[in-house]
Amino acid sequence: MLLSLGLILLCQLVGEAIAHATDVPVPGPVIGMVLCLLLLLARDQALRRMPAELRDGTFENTGRGILSHLSLLFIPAGVGVVQRLDVLAGNALAIALSLLVSTVLGLAVTAWVFHFVARRLHA
Amino acid sequence: MHEDVFALWVYLARSPLLWLTVTILAYCLCDRIAAALHRAPLANPVLMTMCLVGGLVRGTGTPYATYFDGAQFIHFLLGPATVALAIPLYQHRHMVMRSILPMACALIAGSVTALVSAVLIARLLGAPAAVVISIAPKSVTAAVAMGISGRLGGDPALTAVLVILTGILGAIIVTPLLDRLRITDTRARGFAAGLAAHGIGTARAFQVDPLAGTFAGIAMGLNALLTAVIVPLLL
Repeated sequence: MLLSLGLILLCQLVGEAIAHATDVPVPGPVIGMVLCLLLLLARDQALRRMPAELRDGTFENTGRGILSHLSLLFIPAGVGVVQRLDVLAGNALAIALSLLVSTVLGLAVTAWVFHFVARRLHA
Repeated sequence: MHEDVFALWVYLARSPLLWLTVTILAYCLCDRIAAALHRAPLANPVLMTMCLVGGLVRGTGTPYATYFDGAQFIHFLLGPATVALAIPLYQHRHMVMRSILPMACALIAGSVTALVSAVLIARLLGAPAAVVISIAPKSVTAAVAMGISGRLGGDPALTAVLVILTGILGAIIVTPLLDRLRITDTRARGFAAGLAAHGIGTARAFQVDPLAGTFAGIAMGLNALLTAVIVPLLL
């Protein structure tokens, strides 16, 4: 459990370092996600020599544990709404319509294009 | 007596423990309510908790910075949680590899649609330039969106709020909207949720189906990259 947590943090740390050093517009944690995927694939290549924690599903369970309450993690930033109520109220109509329409369109277009291309390719 | 209570409040209100505890317990309560309502889209746990905790912070006159001193321990976990999205991605990697082309097409079409429509509508309705810039990256995960907005002269704190509101909106709308459009492909539904509504959409997708959650996580990562590249070109 502790090793798994340490490795997840290490992926993020290396990701942040890469993001900072190269100026790519990708956030460190997203690079960390790619590194974590590579780590899992590399593990499978040398499974027998890996520590037990990486072989018995503990790593996967630790990650799932963090993900199981993903919604909670957005609350602190969301409560920040109390700081910007004036701007929101001052542009209420523009902001509300812009968010609503673009979210509906974004969802519909994404899902429809995915569905259409997948059906064409029988993927 | 009254003064004792006040002194205790002054002491507790300054310690990170109070708002950390309030945030976690409020979320537990709201998540219970959402579960009792059979995870109906409108009973969104993020929205309910935000209203409850936001109301308490405002009602007690607590500065946001004081609240965040406690809540930052939760906020910090967003990074490791993003890294942990690699685990469902790894488990579904064969399915993901087979869907590369539909993902690429959906990513470009959806990302541009969400971005252009948001900017155009805000402009047409007369929002000031700083607000328009702050709206542009709202479909992207908060850290990236704040970076984009700050670099182009927007208000990063406003962007963070708009990002969260977009996420909640997307998480509420996605199921009824795609049901109505008769899109049943779990991959397409998840991918759309992650693209338009980042981590909150991804959280919603995981509630519905782990495969949908996986595709949502990928969409969130890819859209962060693409939006960061196209927003500066567009504005």
